Amino acid sequence: MSQGAAIDHAPPARLGRRLSAMLWRRPRWAAAALLVPPMGWFVLIYLAALVTLFVAAFWQVDDFTGEIIHRWTLRNFETLATSPTYRTIALRTVGIAAAVTVTDIVLAFPCAYFMARIAGPKLRATLFTLMLLPIWLSYIARVYAWRLILAHDGVLNWALGEVGLPPANIGYTNIAMWLVFSYIWLPFMITPIYAAIERVPGSLFEASADLGARGLRTFTKVTLPLVVPGIIAGSIFTFSLTLGDYITPVLIGGTGSSFIGNVVYANVGIANDIPFAAAFATIPAVVMLIYLSIARRLGAFEML
Amino acid sequence: MNKRLGYWMSTAVAAAATTVALVALPAMAAPAKANYPAKIGPGEGQLNIVAWEGYAQDAWVKPFEQQTGCQVHRKYAGSSDEMVALMRQGGGSEYDLVSASGDASLRLIYGGDVQPVNMKLIPAWQDFLPQLKSPPNNTIKGVHYGVSYEWGPNVLLYNTDKVKPKPTSWAAIYSDQYKGQVTVPDNPIQIADAALYLKAHKPELGIKDPYELTQKQLAAAVQLLQAQRPLIKKYWAQASDEIGLFKNGDAVIGAAWPYQTNTLAKDGVPVADVIPSEGATGWSDTWMLSAKAKHPNCAYQWMKYVSTPKVQAQQAIYFGETPANKNACSAMNKIEPGACHKYHLDAPASYFDQIHFWQTPRIECSNGKRNCTSYRDWQRAWQRVKG
Repeated sequence: MSQGAAIDHAPPARLGRRLSAMLWRRPRWAAAALLVPPMGWFVLIYLAALVTLFVAAFWQVDDFTGEIIHRWTLRNFETLATSPTYRTIALRTVGIAAAVTVTDIVLAFPCAYFMARIAGPKLRATLFTLMLLPIWLSYIARVYAWRLILAHDGVLNWALGEVGLPPANIGYTNIAMWLVFSYIWLPFMITPIYAAIERVPGSLFEASADLGARGLRTFTKVTLPLVVPGIIAGSIFTFSLTLGDYITPVLIGGTGSSFIGNVVYANVGIANDIPFAAAFATIPAVVMLIYLSIARRLGAFEML
Repeated sequence: MNKRLGYWMSTAVAAAATTVALVALPAMAAPAKANYPAKIGPGEGQLNIVAWEGYAQDAWVKPFEQQTGCQVHRKYAGSSDEMVALMRQGGGSEYDLVSASGDASLRLIYGGDVQPVNMKLIPAWQDFLPQLKSPPNNTIKGVHYGVSYEWGPNVLLYNTDKVKPKPTSWAAIYSDQYKGQVTVPDNPIQIADAALYLKAHKPELGIKDPYELTQKQLAAAVQLLQAQRPLIKKYWAQASDEIGLFKNGDAVIGAAWPYQTNTLAKDGVPVADVIPSEGATGWSDTWMLSAKAKHPNCAYQWMKYVSTPKVQAQQAIYFGETPANKNACSAMNKIEPGACHKYHLDAPASYFDQIHFWQTPRIECSNGKRNCTSYRDWQRAWQRVKG
């Protein structure tokens, strides 16, 4: 009895030790205990949501009351396939996402190269801060700022007038959207390209120079091939972020500026036609799936 | 390891599919049953409302909060569709009240989203205009699904410096005179405005009611709106969008509510509005009580409060619309001399009758035939217009 009392002094420690001993003896249980919370999260929040989305795409909505009817139909996909409106919107979304990605690659490469290869540590830190500073501001605030810049009586037209040029009047157009998207997602392109360039050993450039290659040759034969995975990694950000956006088209776009996201938003938040929204939402999901599988082939995932 | 991962994945997918199957139970929609309270009980301390911009101003919300202890939480909606969606959010219990227009009210009633209101608890209802005591947009078979509030026409707003002479027809926004400087609401109900214009200018289409369009008539309206698209600077989603467009010089003419005119004029922008010769569409709003309201006593307090002449007058003058309570006349004149006449509360019934109030388009026409176009047809058509 006295022995038992002595041990009873620290029951939590005993329980803990027992548990750890048991898990040590059965490593599978330990693995299961570690995996259950993240797997549960993954299944419930992520996969269940995705499956719901795909299942809902085959339902339809009562015309008048707006209630969802749980009856299988291909009507939503039929509408999508046959209507030129939705085809135009899908193509516009993908087209602008691609244009933004290309623009950002062109703009980001020199910046990243300068920061990684030419700038000293102090200048590099300053440039990094400057590049990342806008991200600290709310996305909405930056988009609204562009609205004021591009408005008819805005900063851009005023500046053009001051130097004697005709007004640009690009407010509320697809050009304005392209500009704003390119600005907003630029840091997401610079960072991975910078990381890729920094990883290239300096000795490779020296070797290239020793073998008689000039600047352009070194760039096309050494730098670019080694940096491509970084570019692809950055393009995943710029492409997918533009593809999924629906705020900038509302605030910056004009007529004929709807994105897939806007149609989805209008059908969920406004029309309450969730099945149709789900059907349309499968398009960017499929586009991204194809894009990611190509990116994976090109080795971009090692740069993330 | 990969094999085991695959096993895990398939288990996960199976689990997810089961979850979905369990959640996806069929739902039936029908108007909610009456559950009348005998009297208004003590307030719950909170009230969540969905309202049009300008419908819950501090000028009348603050005194309400002091009188009743009900804290008012406001959510502004930009369109009737958004209001319907918000009232269905979270199973329909997130918001207690909504200021629904005629193109949303029937959808909310038939969707079972709102419940009948006991008019005995709203004493000011006795003083409402006769047309608004039991209007078809909120009363079905004598059951009141809400309290009428205010009404008014959708007007043609224009910049008086840039638009000369004063426009008298909606043709001003359909002809290329102001190309690239026109703005209209981003709202499927805008099709009714086009139909109203066609009713006057293309009688051969035979449009009688702009909310009851056959496929052919809808196609004609869509054609007109598609021809209008190149003239549009932007389809406005919120009243504040249109105010910004007029302030920054992006738009000089467009379809608007009197609220925009008042706000812009207050900010010194040279604007005026007009009801063109073709007549106008308009709204008649109703405060409706959610079928699953969490704060019904505060909601009844609110409906009772906003029906009183003083609040009706404040609301009318702030937004530029007309009260449902005809006793609000003297209160309006007290705030702004001549306001009762300016906002048409003393106008004869013919004024009320010339406004084509927003309705939900339905497949069933009023003559009983089922060859009209539904609201969903209108939504799809509107997406085709916007592109």
